[in-house]
Amino acid sequence: MLYREAGQFKTSYGDDQAIFPIRQDRIGVAIILLAAYLAIPLTASPYLFTSILIPFLIYALAAIGLNLLTGYCGQVSLGTGGFMAVGAYAAYNFAIRMPELNLLVVFLLAGGCAALVGVVFGIPSLRIKGFYLAVATLAAQFFMDWMFSRIKWFTNYTPSGSVNAPPLSLFGFAIDTPAERYYLILAIVTVMALAAKNLVRGRVGRSWMAIRDMDIAAEIIGIRPLRAKLSAFAVSSFYAGIAGALWAFLHLGSWEPLAFDINRSFTLLFMVIIGGLGSILGCFFGAAFILIVPLALNQIPTALGIPISTAMISHLEFMIFGALIVFFLIVEPHGLARLWALGKEKLRLWPFPH
Amino acid sequence: MTATGGRRIGDVLLKVEDISLSFGGVRALSGVSFDIRKHEIRAIIGPNGAGKSSMLNVINGFYHPQKGKIIFKDIARTDIGPYDAASRGIARTFQNIALFRGMSTLDNIMTGRLLKMKRNLFWQALYWGPARREEMEHRAAAERIIDFLEIQSIRKVPVGRLPYGLQKRVELGRALAAEPELLLLDEPMAGMNVEEKEDMCRFILDVNDEFGTTIALIEHDMGVVMDISDRVVVLDYGKKIADGTPDEVRGNQAVIDAYLGVQH
Repeated sequence: MLYREAGQFKTSYGDDQAIFPIRQDRIGVAIILLAAYLAIPLTASPYLFTSILIPFLIYALAAIGLNLLTGYCGQVSLGTGGFMAVGAYAAYNFAIRMPELNLLVVFLLAGGCAALVGVVFGIPSLRIKGFYLAVATLAAQFFMDWMFSRIKWFTNYTPSGSVNAPPLSLFGFAIDTPAERYYLILAIVTVMALAAKNLVRGRVGRSWMAIRDMDIAAEIIGIRPLRAKLSAFAVSSFYAGIAGALWAFLHLGSWEPLAFDINRSFTLLFMVIIGGLGSILGCFFGAAFILIVPLALNQIPTALGIPISTAMISHLEFMIFGALIVFFLIVEPHGLARLWALGKEKLRLWPFPH
Repeated sequence: MTATGGRRIGDVLLKVEDISLSFGGVRALSGVSFDIRKHEIRAIIGPNGAGKSSMLNVINGFYHPQKGKIIFKDIARTDIGPYDAASRGIARTFQNIALFRGMSTLDNIMTGRLLKMKRNLFWQALYWGPARREEMEHRAAAERIIDFLEIQSIRKVPVGRLPYGLQKRVELGRALAAEPELLLLDEPMAGMNVEEKEDMCRFILDVNDEFGTTIALIEHDMGVVMDISDRVVVLDYGKKIADGTPDEVRGNQAVIDAYLGVQH
């Protein structure tokens, strides 16, 4: 009843192609943004910032990167963790070797390095597809693991192999409290999610989706597969690289190559699949699901006062979480984003379905 | 002189000379030559396996013939890819629909305009100023095609959900969106009922008439071919056996033999 677009007429193509063409959606997004920028920072505890909100936003950003490549361009990748590592170590090296650089410039350069590496590892995609490509991108993952633990220059010859982020500041303001870090990440994620949405609804996104849906037809209407696939790898890795730099600098603080191992790649792939391939919103759903559900499951018994051992809780957490993943994939193989879209479709007619 | 009146058939737009194409031991085409003039509707017919689709694939750069020359707009070319063919103004549809199934009708038609959109990735990410203006211009062009093909009501529907006849129409729309000089249609009416065929014929004639697009089509429905085409080339076993107006072809003994069989 509340979610009706009756009476909202679009008078230009611009209105029709807007990201949120329906007024109720625009109001909803405004409320979420207000909450994210004002309400949450005023009320959240440091625990909420450091263990939930910050990792959630960074995961969502990396998932957007992977979704651009896998969901929109159809190129399966298991190398996201590796590209995040490139971003993290590139940011580290730029920051310690050129300390005068602005933090945002450091992040951009880190993304740029990851994009270059992504293009190199994307070259096999011109010849191979599907599972075989996934295996080829696995090479990126293992190569990065090896490179950052073996080539000491990247870790600035620290004896333990673990590196620390330098003290962070932006335009003269030090960034050290959780709320400050949250604001910085939130701003970056907002801008980059918007940019991703713009890309996928324009020329570039259409050429990616054309390659995904039918590469031969795409070539015949004048899309160059080389350019489309490599640009998808570049943009995807750029996002992953920035996410990696944020993860290292603002979430971990000090890290070793293990922080970006193959598990990270798998986690992100699961987020994208559960959230919804080919949906930017789905990346946020996926990140929230994978990150927050286990934490919530962990808290429920204690909150309800049920006396079970912590070992039992963690076993249960795995079991219930696994069952939930299976459940959601059976209910909607196209992910939570599709479930959300179907729900909205139902809501348009509710409560008078005829 | 023409079936549809207003348009004037002009000079030769595309000329294929002595094209031979083989896959291993299979000769798909041997020594085929013909030309297509500006603004005409040129049909390519022949029994199954005659090499008609191979011919279209050669013309739009998907297959590279071992021998022969293709002269398009007075420029001879041998080894070009589909991308170059598309950028020089050749568009096509496919025998078995090759739409982008995950995308809406509108997005499919907008992909037809990709070659005309120039703004780079950074402008696209901003979606502001020139990039936005460009997008709106092309949206307007896509809407003109949607109006022309009378598919307004399915604008936002994913093409995977559309019935076959409409999918064929959307595919024609995607090819038209590129504003081609030469439009290749591979069996545009296959599997359609009479009504859908009539619609499709009307669209083909209107495209030819209003936009002046040169059309080369493959079709098995002889009634349609004889009605709408200006000239017909007949292939059989990869060789050209007849070429001329529908009436000439209809009376040609070799064509009758190829279609009806001949006693040896």
